[in-house]
Amino acid sequence: MTLELTARVVERDVDVALDVADGETVAVLGPNGAGKSTLLAVAAGLLRPDTGRVVLDGVELTGPDVWVAPHARRIALLAQDPLLFPHLSALENVAFGPRSRGTHRRTARAQARTWLEDVGVAELADRRPGQLSGGQAQRVAVARALAADPRVLLLDEPMAALDVAVRPAMRQTLRRVLADRTVVLVTHDVLDALLLADRVVVVDGGRVVEAGPTTEVLTRPRSPFTARIAGLNMVRGTWRDGAVGGPDGIAVKGLTSEPAPVTGDPVVAVFRPSAVSVFREPPGGSPRNIISTTVTDLEPFGDQVRVRAAPTGGQSLAADVTTLAAAELDLAPGLRVVFSIKATEVSIYRT
Amino acid sequence: MTTRQRQVGLPAWIFVPAALGAALVLLPLVGMVSRVEWGSFVELVTSDSALTALSLSLRTSLVATLLCVLLGVPMALVLARTSFRGQGLVRSLVLLPLVLPPVVGGIALLYTFGRRGLLGGELDALGIQIAFSTAAVVLAQTFVSLPFLVVSLEGALRSAGDRYEEVAASLGARPTTVFRRVTLPLVLPGLVSGAVLSFARALGEFGATITFAGSLEGTTRTLPLFIYNLRVVDPDAAVAMSLVLVVVAVLVIAFARPGRSTW
Repeated sequence: MTLELTARVVERDVDVALDVADGETVAVLGPNGAGKSTLLAVAAGLLRPDTGRVVLDGVELTGPDVWVAPHARRIALLAQDPLLFPHLSALENVAFGPRSRGTHRRTARAQARTWLEDVGVAELADRRPGQLSGGQAQRVAVARALAADPRVLLLDEPMAALDVAVRPAMRQTLRRVLADRTVVLVTHDVLDALLLADRVVVVDGGRVVEAGPTTEVLTRPRSPFTARIAGLNMVRGTWRDGAVGGPDGIAVKGLTSEPAPVTGDPVVAVFRPSAVSVFREPPGGSPRNIISTTVTDLEPFGDQVRVRAAPTGGQSLAADVTTLAAAELDLAPGLRVVFSIKATEVSIYRT
Repeated sequence: MTTRQRQVGLPAWIFVPAALGAALVLLPLVGMVSRVEWGSFVELVTSDSALTALSLSLRTSLVATLLCVLLGVPMALVLARTSFRGQGLVRSLVLLPLVLPPVVGGIALLYTFGRRGLLGGELDALGIQIAFSTAAVVLAQTFVSLPFLVVSLEGALRSAGDRYEEVAASLGARPTTVFRRVTLPLVLPGLVSGAVLSFARALGEFGATITFAGSLEGTTRTLPLFIYNLRVVDPDAAVAMSLVLVVVAVLVIAFARPGRSTW
């Protein structure tokens, strides 16, 4: 099943395009209000875009003169909330899809039991949704979506409402059941994208700002949002004098990759927070990038301390230092410090 | 059951008007009950004409309630789940019988379905005469009770939201299946309480009925009309029958608000 979607929804200022190949899982990342859910609603046939098309396997579902009703699309939607029908048992919830398509009651129940087993909650078949925990309910909801035998599965932040403790197991289950399916996964969790998706599309402000294989997008982010969720620092600017000329006179040197930037190109410098050293005074001598800034926040990060600095020209940077170093430097919010980054730790590429 | 003590109290004076209001509602009932001739009560409420009126009331109210459900559920769905130009106006007009004096409703019905009414000629040609028949009683009751069902069901539909319906559709359920297996079960409590309220309103209907259907014993003289007729000639019987209606009303309230009662 290949899904092609283009949609412009003026009211929500969304203008996006998305292609999903057969058997591929595409993660749609983006901040809240970026238009991710709008995209799913268009695909599911719950929202009619002002202009745009939804084409599944060459058959138009949404188009200028075409409208296939949601129930006839075989595109199942799994939302953040399980939305199990409260008046039906878990088993009847899962059997709902098959029965709606005319499967005999007994056959539908047998199928439902298999799906419940597959997601590991067979023993909850007779429970009402009100008697299930959030994680259990979402598993039943996954079984229900799969039992409908959808051609495309749309997942809208399927783990956002779950306890952090049950997310890893749920993620493993999804990883297994989503393999080989055509899936659009909306998420703001980078881990979901890494573990579940073949490709990511980053949406911001109603537009696709980045797209590509997951690891490539996350290791070479081109938008501030992607850099943030990938846990990377990013300085955006233009290429001049062999460095990324950022706002406020910042110049960051680093390793450039092909194609080599020429003066005036829009470029980004990307580096890990762990590559940043923090000093009270500018260190002398070494070929380092120096950024003067102010500490805004300190938070524990593993066995280290993440130091967040005031935005410099709109770009907020972070540094990871050891607890000992943080104590020796007597770091506190409001303190003027110097971030220092070795040029060899900085990747520079064109955007 | 635990009783939670409120930390922020109410001003003490507020209990005075509250108690007065409660008294205004309850005292007339006490007054009426105090007038009941208990010695002849059973005899009075089981007289032939009383039983005829009671049975007519129950039958017509049940049919009217059924009509309210059959017509009101689709109306509530259209109002809650669609949007069209002039929807607000339609909603206001549909709710008109709630605030309209029932007598006015009766006159409106008479000049629509009566012999010389808007549709009278057509109905007459078909050999149908509605005014001053039991059908007129049912029509009058349906007219005044329909808004009760529409209002409570539309509220239930709105608070249930349409997310379950979207999920059901994405699972392949056709609109009729979604309605039958998802929408209706979800709003069933709202539908039941709306139907019970409609039934109660139909049972108490007086003004539209007497205007449009008249007061013919056995055909259109429902319990409220019967009581109104009796109140001069046989006050004891009127009071006894009134008590019967009060009991029915209390039962209806107890039934229409399940789970909300705290006794």
